[in-house]
Amino acid sequence: MSGNMNINLKVWRQKNGKSQGKLVDYKVEGVSPDMSFLEMFDVLNDRLVSEGKDEPIAFDHDCREGICGMCSMYINGRPHGPNQGVTTCQLHMRSFKDGDTIVVEPWRAAAFPVIKDLAVDRSAFDRIIASGGFISVNTGNAQDANSLPIPKDNADEAFAAAACIGCGACVAACKNSSAMLFVSAKVSQLALLPQGDPERNTRVLNMVAQMDTEGFGACTNTGACSAECPKEISLTNIARLNREYFAAQLGSDRS
Amino acid sequence: MLDSKIPQGPIESKWTKYKSTVPLVNPANKRSLEIIVVGTGLAGASAAATLAELGYKVKAFCFQDSPRRAHSIAAQGGINAAKNYQNDGDSVYRLFYDTIKGGDYRAREANVHRLAEVSGNIIDQSVASGVPFAREYGGLLSNRSFGGTQVQRTFYAAGQTGQQLLLGAYSGLQRQVGLGNVRLFSRHEMLDVVNIDGKCRGIIARDLVSGKLERHFGHAVLLCTGGYGNVFFLSTNAMGSNVTAAWKAHKKGAFFGNPCYTQIHPTCIPVSGDHQSKLTLMSESLRNDGRIWVPKRKEDAAAIREGKLNPNDLKEEDRDYYLERRYPAFGNLVPRDVASRAAKERCDAGFGVNKTGEAVYLDFAFNMKYKYGKQVATLKHISNPTEEQLTAFGHEVIKEKYGNLFDMYKQITGVDPYKNPMMIYPAVHYTMGGLWVDYNLMTTVPGLYALGEANFSDHGANRLGASALMQGLADGYFVIPYTIGAYLANEISVKPISTDHEAFVKAENEVSDRLNKLLAIKGTKPVDYFHKRLGKIMWDKCGMARNVEGLTWAISEIQKIREEFWKDVRVPGDANEFNPELEKAGRVADFIELGELMCKDALERNESCGGHFREDHQTEEGEALRDDENFKHVAAWQFNEVGNWSLHKEDLVYENIKIAQRSYK
Repeated sequence: MSGNMNINLKVWRQKNGKSQGKLVDYKVEGVSPDMSFLEMFDVLNDRLVSEGKDEPIAFDHDCREGICGMCSMYINGRPHGPNQGVTTCQLHMRSFKDGDTIVVEPWRAAAFPVIKDLAVDRSAFDRIIASGGFISVNTGNAQDANSLPIPKDNADEAFAAAACIGCGACVAACKNSSAMLFVSAKVSQLALLPQGDPERNTRVLNMVAQMDTEGFGACTNTGACSAECPKEISLTNIARLNREYFAAQLGSDRS
Repeated sequence: MLDSKIPQGPIESKWTKYKSTVPLVNPANKRSLEIIVVGTGLAGASAAATLAELGYKVKAFCFQDSPRRAHSIAAQGGINAAKNYQNDGDSVYRLFYDTIKGGDYRAREANVHRLAEVSGNIIDQSVASGVPFAREYGGLLSNRSFGGTQVQRTFYAAGQTGQQLLLGAYSGLQRQVGLGNVRLFSRHEMLDVVNIDGKCRGIIARDLVSGKLERHFGHAVLLCTGGYGNVFFLSTNAMGSNVTAAWKAHKKGAFFGNPCYTQIHPTCIPVSGDHQSKLTLMSESLRNDGRIWVPKRKEDAAAIREGKLNPNDLKEEDRDYYLERRYPAFGNLVPRDVASRAAKERCDAGFGVNKTGEAVYLDFAFNMKYKYGKQVATLKHISNPTEEQLTAFGHEVIKEKYGNLFDMYKQITGVDPYKNPMMIYPAVHYTMGGLWVDYNLMTTVPGLYALGEANFSDHGANRLGASALMQGLADGYFVIPYTIGAYLANEISVKPISTDHEAFVKAENEVSDRLNKLLAIKGTKPVDYFHKRLGKIMWDKCGMARNVEGLTWAISEIQKIREEFWKDVRVPGDANEFNPELEKAGRVADFIELGELMCKDALERNESCGGHFREDHQTEEGEALRDDENFKHVAAWQFNEVGNWSLHKEDLVYENIKIAQRSYK
């Protein structure tokens, strides 16, 4: 083994969406502080497969460099664990101590049903984007990219909102399971750019309507979403969404 | 035998003429033609969205839980385009030339020229769809440099260019999903293609949640499934990146082009231990401002390795900026293959700087202070800034340019790169090889196409930085929408074939048998055990340096691994459920077969070129030595049975670029 930490895990095990789940204890020995949290799960799963007594733990992960948004563990009561601004895959065991007990659960939200163990279904986010999170420009219609200057501050702010990785930590962190931060990040990005302007009213109305249809809760401005967001998406996006939404309802063109 | 279908005429007008003469499918007929797109990265998402906009009925598949997670998302540095916004002498020809030369004269001229031609449209399209590229204060787009070029043609969005481009393409895709023009199948993995009467007519896919196998018909099938770097186990690819879709197509008749061409990226975070599951890239863009060095003296390198010497304390004259020394014209911005080999050469010679001896420095201190620090000081009208002031000013600029990369580095290594030079080492990053395609991007199976990294066509033996995003989007947005018409114009009278057709039934049974076989072995070793063994052999013998003896040995070792795998792998659970271990087992089984072909191809290619470096073919200065007389061709492998292939060759004709020994000195 490559390290000398011993970790006690309590992991949510659930066979599928229809069955009951429960926390199960596992002890992982020889953990290296340089391991990522997911690599510790690799070690545990390797052991579970080799022993053949228990099925390996299912969890979502892909890029393991903090950008794809697929990993999604709720660690000791916090989405993506104790560190600020990182995803689960970028959380390293040096953030824990030898002998620690760590509780690992899936995202909990009615709109994110559990598939198995720690993996949940986040396709609601795709449907929200499909309802309006785009600019309707067919391939081939574009004008020269430099024909429309965009103030650097606006471009930077749009980029900061567009950095959302769609992981769903905001929903998991929210006591109401609201998806406002996710939706507002996309609404903001496109509202800040001139290309997004023509559809800004229908976009915000449709996306909020779809968010409600999917069963996400209401926003009460607690701010847990932004505090737990691995990409530190700002709460001001929610304020902007609210402005966009009310203006769109009034039919104002806000120019 | 291999017809690349390159249009006649001068290179500048081939594509223009082709576009105006290619057969068209009228809008009414498009509605009755179905296209399957497998993979939703830059190539897949842009193709699916664009084809749906044109009116085709599209089905899009991805194994991830959302199309937005495809591994294009992780591309960091940028995307090239011959816009010449910087007025520094760029042009379509120059991008074409740089790409051919960068690929060490092993790419197809006509495809590369087309790529350069459409590169500008990609930037226009992306900006129009809301991609927030970096901008200057005047509101116009910003550019930076990448390896192997002497102009600034790379567009970027901090160190997250792939993310922003993919989210742009994804939003276009989701728009079509919302309109009902694309049906989306996420958490679905393609496990076979179905050919009927010599044409590709559909796929077998597994719903990864329920485990159920599904049959899908299409008049054409597009594989946009990325590269096969994970054959090395450790790579910068995502954990799920795999060769399975391409490999199944290969086994059903699609030739595999240049499998041995792999790109080892010079700037990745070094391996830290045997628990490692993947490697993380530090973008090539960092080489704009980071200088690469090792100590000049072995004693100093040893002292650094033992922790007795702090690299910051090593005097300027005791450092060897070996890229600047060896390649004064391009310096730290030599192409990836050259930079990687140079790092390996220094480390092999005993100058490595981390515990394993396999790391070199990428150091920002100089430019932080003297390039950016001074700039800011001048702007602030400070005429005699202190060293501390310079560092502080430069720190802010570096943070804005590369902040997310520096954060990532610190998160992974626990070391602050603003204060200490980064340690980096080459790692597997990209595969230039892939399914052989003609000018239309069609494989050797009619109706079956390969786009983006999944095909072999544009990067020769080495890809230049910021060209993968360009190729993915070029293929999806601007090439396939035209070239697919050439095929589908003749398919308009073909009614959708029932998925009860015997070919579908047979293919599904084969897939099901293979899954059950994997589950029935009930051996003693987990899938990763085999994958790691395979990866180590590939890295040691078919990695940065290759030779006859090593490759021959590797082939027989891989055959043994294959045998053992099918006797002793342990796959828990069953086929009718969400079973990630089963998915992994299928992919590793395919990697094992591919690994053998890669070694075979590397052995057959008795020359060095680009990323394929044969130790027995090098110049006195240690550069790759090509053999144009015998190897100026694409090696396209036809599958006969497992472990048995036939080689076909496509001769590469250079009518516009004079081939020469590649020099970056």
